[in-house]
Amino acid sequence: MFLLFFVLAQGVIDDVDVVNSTDLIEKSEAVHTIVQAPPTQIYTRDRANDAGGGIVVFWKKSEDDGAGRESVIEYHIYRGTEADGDFELVGTAKAGDTSYTDITTRDGTPYYYQVKAFDGEQHSSAAVSEAAYSSAQWFHTGRISMLIATILISTFVVWFINKAKRGHELYIRPIAGLEAVDDAVGRATEMGKPIMYVPGILDMDNIQTIASMIILGRVARKAAEYETAILVPCTRSIVMSAAQEMVKEAYLEAGRPDAYDADKIQYLTDDQFGYAAGVDGMLLREKPGAIFYLGGFYAESLILAETGHSTGAIQIAGTAQPSQLPFFVTACDYTLIGEEMFAASAYLSKEPLLLGGLKGQDWGKAIIIFLILVGVLLVTLGFTDVIGWLSTGQ
Amino acid sequence: MKKEVPLIITFVAGMIMIVQYFVPHWPFSNLQQMFNNWFLIITVFALILGILNLLKNHIEKVSRRRKGWLYSIVLMTGFMIMGVAGFVWGPAEGRPFDWIYWHAHVPMSSTMFALLAFFVASASYRAFRARTAEATLLLVSAILVMMSRVPLGSYMWSQLPLIGDWIMSYPNMAGQRAIMIGIALGVVSTSLRIILGIERTYLSGK
Repeated sequence: MFLLFFVLAQGVIDDVDVVNSTDLIEKSEAVHTIVQAPPTQIYTRDRANDAGGGIVVFWKKSEDDGAGRESVIEYHIYRGTEADGDFELVGTAKAGDTSYTDITTRDGTPYYYQVKAFDGEQHSSAAVSEAAYSSAQWFHTGRISMLIATILISTFVVWFINKAKRGHELYIRPIAGLEAVDDAVGRATEMGKPIMYVPGILDMDNIQTIASMIILGRVARKAAEYETAILVPCTRSIVMSAAQEMVKEAYLEAGRPDAYDADKIQYLTDDQFGYAAGVDGMLLREKPGAIFYLGGFYAESLILAETGHSTGAIQIAGTAQPSQLPFFVTACDYTLIGEEMFAASAYLSKEPLLLGGLKGQDWGKAIIIFLILVGVLLVTLGFTDVIGWLSTGQ
Repeated sequence: MKKEVPLIITFVAGMIMIVQYFVPHWPFSNLQQMFNNWFLIITVFALILGILNLLKNHIEKVSRRRKGWLYSIVLMTGFMIMGVAGFVWGPAEGRPFDWIYWHAHVPMSSTMFALLAFFVASASYRAFRARTAEATLLLVSAILVMMSRVPLGSYMWSQLPLIGDWIMSYPNMAGQRAIMIGIALGVVSTSLRIILGIERTYLSGK
């Protein structure tokens, strides 16, 4: 009886063991097969305002991304050219992201996308998106506001130029720095010293350098008329070539081609502080009677202007770099602040056509002031969308 | 023709650059990059002009024993050394060109940059003399901003950094933006004058 009970009891225990181990194995397999929830609502859009070759894939985050099991560490984006064909990995996006831009597409080819959540070991399942096509656009919709502004300001400029052509007199406010240009050249002449013209450290592809070259033409012509030498140290070879041409033409126009000396317009170096050292040396050796700093400047502005100040020369500066303006204001006798430098050519020549451009510019400024006031009012009243539209056109 | 051809080139190039800003479609999409590449190519060739000009000036200076001619010898020696180091061993890291760049050029540039500290001090001294109401306002603002930026300022008065931030964020920012708007309009106006051929000073036009 005891033996029978032992045998039965052993059998029951074995059965229990068997059941338990099977259950454990199943549970263990279940742990391995539990994967994160997949991202849902996958859809695609052609990338906006591009030259083609881009599709944006959107999805709704996996329920385990930042919530649930919090197991998602990134999303893997797959792409195929057939809905039921092979898909290849084209990119990854980090957890929390809900979009990915594929910039390797060929325009006109249908693409299907899958997005799978990845936990470091396994991928979630994934649905396949609708077919997507990339294409190029003919207009950048994000730049509508810029287009309107450009057309408006250009219209004003052209309109005032035409008005000037018809003989209307246009009033331009006096600009002290430009009024002083002739005086500065005259002063250098009286002192028997040369003029130094520093065109900044930017290349000819910068509008400040172009504006500077235009002013150089005017200054050089005046210098030629007064028979005063003009030194132009340059930091770019193209600027040097352009400056040589400008000064040469100015001397020709003034009827003094014999006085032109190409060696006075020289290239120093492309290096910013090497240039500053070179110009400083020239300032101290040549002791010019008048110094012009007109163009694009960075940290070297104060080094140059302070050295020039120590020589006792009259200094006229102008730049469109707001961060350098305080230095010039401090160290120079006259400073053309931003737009004044661009107005210099028209102002110095007093040509009606050029003055018309300036007048149009002023009207553009008036419109911008008006828009700023309207914007402030609208935002104050709670219409904040207008800021987005003015910034991006969307 | 001497003037018409450059004017036509300027007009066409200017209009293309305006159009490419608003049209992302090919062929406009690549135009800016293409123009930049052209500019770089021209720059490289123009550099030869610059180097020739530099050497010509300094050789002349040495041959005529003009004032400071010894410095010209230093310049030409440096030019030759860097040229030889670059052409013979290349500019790769660890080569003589690279070594000279890091151990001679960079320290010298830094020295020039460091001079700025002294120039800022001398310029500030002149600018901050309270002769007029505007200069006094500048002086007070500068002292407040400077004190707000150093630990001593907040140690003296904990609200000082906030005042400094306010000056930088509002009056300073407003002034800077006003200048920027003016500059942007000036750029538009100048560009239009050049593109439309009204501004011809660069062609020796009156």
